[in-house]
Amino acid sequence: MKPSLRSLAVVPATLLLFMIIVLCLPPAYAATEPAQDQAPGRTMAQQATKEKNLWITVDHSRIEALQKDFRSGLEVTQACLSCHTEAADQIHKTIHWTWQAYQTEDGSVHGKGGDSINNFCISANKMQDKGCLSCHPGWGNETKTINCLNCHSNKTMNWVEAFEDLSAFADSDDPGEKEIADELRTNLLASVQAVVRPQRQNCGECHFKGGGGDGVKHGDLDTSLTNPNKALDVHMAVEGRNFECTRCHTTILHNIAGRVYTKPAATDRKSLIDDDLAPKITCESCHTSKPHAADSKANDHTDKVACQSCHIPKFARVNPTKMSWDWSQAGKTKDGKPYKTQDEFGKDSYLSIKGQMRWDKNVQPEYFWYNGSISSVTVKDKIDPGTVVQVSHPVGSRDDANARIFPFKVHEGRQPYDKVHKTLLGPMLSGPDGYWKTLDWQHAISKGQEALQVPYSGEFDFVDTTYVFPITHMVAPKGQAVSCEECHVRTDGRLAKLTGFYMPGRDRFSPLDAMGWIVVLGSLVGVCLHGLTRMFTGGRKEDK
Amino acid sequence: MERVKKINMYLYTRYERFWHWLQMLLIVLLLVTGLEVHGSFMLLGFERAVEIHNFAGITWLIAFSFFIFWIFTTGEWRQYIPTTRKMFQVIRYYSYGIFRGESHPVPKRKEAKHNPLQRLVYLSLAAFLLPVQMVSGLLYWLYNDWQAWGLTGLSLNPVVLIHTAGAFAIFSFIIVHVYMTTTGHTVSAHVRAMITGWEEVEEGEVQEWEKSVRRTPAPR
Repeated sequence: MKPSLRSLAVVPATLLLFMIIVLCLPPAYAATEPAQDQAPGRTMAQQATKEKNLWITVDHSRIEALQKDFRSGLEVTQACLSCHTEAADQIHKTIHWTWQAYQTEDGSVHGKGGDSINNFCISANKMQDKGCLSCHPGWGNETKTINCLNCHSNKTMNWVEAFEDLSAFADSDDPGEKEIADELRTNLLASVQAVVRPQRQNCGECHFKGGGGDGVKHGDLDTSLTNPNKALDVHMAVEGRNFECTRCHTTILHNIAGRVYTKPAATDRKSLIDDDLAPKITCESCHTSKPHAADSKANDHTDKVACQSCHIPKFARVNPTKMSWDWSQAGKTKDGKPYKTQDEFGKDSYLSIKGQMRWDKNVQPEYFWYNGSISSVTVKDKIDPGTVVQVSHPVGSRDDANARIFPFKVHEGRQPYDKVHKTLLGPMLSGPDGYWKTLDWQHAISKGQEALQVPYSGEFDFVDTTYVFPITHMVAPKGQAVSCEECHVRTDGRLAKLTGFYMPGRDRFSPLDAMGWIVVLGSLVGVCLHGLTRMFTGGRKEDK
Repeated sequence: MERVKKINMYLYTRYERFWHWLQMLLIVLLLVTGLEVHGSFMLLGFERAVEIHNFAGITWLIAFSFFIFWIFTTGEWRQYIPTTRKMFQVIRYYSYGIFRGESHPVPKRKEAKHNPLQRLVYLSLAAFLLPVQMVSGLLYWLYNDWQAWGLTGLSLNPVVLIHTAGAFAIFSFIIVHVYMTTTGHTVSAHVRAMITGWEEVEEGEVQEWEKSVRRTPAPR
């Protein structure tokens, strides 16, 4: 056969064989086909959260015990407890009532009702700082009787004021005052009878406004979540799944799932679908640990990267959140009077009673290894004032099988510490002795430490601190998830600070790379020289 | 110098040529996407580079197993038996004789397509470098299954190190290999042979050094 014919036959044969091989190989591209069914994790999540038609058998407005002329919070609570006989006992055991998590061996009680410290308003001074009590589920500033309606009424109400006014006007003969009293009665009764399962604004009243204002603390929890759209939160979106907080934060005997810190919400990463464990609360509870399309590389990441790390690219996407708080700047006055300044968001950037504060919007989280627990410093723990004190910090390492790379808001602070005892201090802020009244650190700290029953040397200074919040709300639509290159990049990636393991695209062994390129370029230079030499020496003399 | 007569010889079968060019395609794909995954440059985007790299890698594995099957069923593995005979002459030719216009000391024959230097290089490639690359690549790809396999002691670092070093070695090979295609009796002679299968070679006897290696005739 002639060479030209042979070579002609090669073309179709080659093509055929290549096609056979390609057809035998569906691996990588099949996964990216949009024509395929949606990812199994999505299907599972929809199945797990299928609309439950929760039935209601009680119309509280028709309950006889709630038809009373209520004169105090105590009477309302008694009416609730006349049917819900065990509710008070249950609440009294929960952290929502005690604000105490657990006691460590050295005797310090963790929790804001105990010895815990943060870098916002620092300490609740064992509940003696009344400014902190607006969130306690009692009536007004007292901690004796539960206010069931804090969480269970869909009408918000200033109970203290309402009851005070009522008792002032109730027995009046003046027709005008009588009218006011009747209106108050109507409003009170409406609120008392508007009993619901807790809704977003119930939980949000405290959790959106933690630290004393909208978005101060969490960054992923603020009033924008009362009626979020899909771009802000795919789960809670009003036009979408419209989840209430309780959809995920499930409850057993008034104990609400989802608490982190030393007792994480879930220690093992099991799917809810596996055995229908209602109180577990992780993304995997609904989405399973393989939530993406089959063979998707993203499924391989779930063992080391939390869902939140990719699916919450930024927090505080609608309302700004406080990023730092420098107490050492507090106390300045203008013309002898306290003053304040505001930033571009209309938020307080300086307050004489609070100091310098920085707010930010659309914040990129910081990432740490996190096993679901957070270690925190109490008023009794020794600190090293020479370093930035981690008032709270995520627990976990790469070697910890339960730890994942997780996004956090890190709040920077500068707050008082005891120069002799090397402990953080809990000044009293509100009340007649509080710093907000006196602008006198020495006095406020003494009073605060007294309330905490922790000694104070009398010498204080300020120290830099950090405090962390896990970012887990404000899950963005999947199209806005963090892209591969935001981490797998040589410099300035999101995970640039997480070292100690090899990450493709980011890490390399520089000596190997250098050697490799020397070999490659050396080869190139070598063949060029060889070729040039051939050209100049003539080569192939016998062919000429 | 006496002019040597040349004859056309069918050196490379259809499958060999197909395998060669498929290999080229896959290696170029793997090298480019691999370097992007390594972070050396941005071209396709990390995600797509990873997808193509994995796809090409698995395609390569399957194609390579076809090659192994072919090489043993046809007896062509004998082409890769290393020899030191005439090795020195070949080295001398490429570093000196080629500049003087000498003839290649080892003309190609159907039974001996590769000169001693080629044998050594291709054997190291097929029996060492490529398998190392395949094993390290497969391990890298299946990183998430290590725990299930009990490979708890292994860390990703050495696997990556070996895979990257292998990639640089292959890169270097490609440069030299492509250059060497120009060293035939014309600049395009070797490339033509790898496309059509036919190469013009100098007429002559099967040489002594070939005979001693080939104890049995190639099955036809």
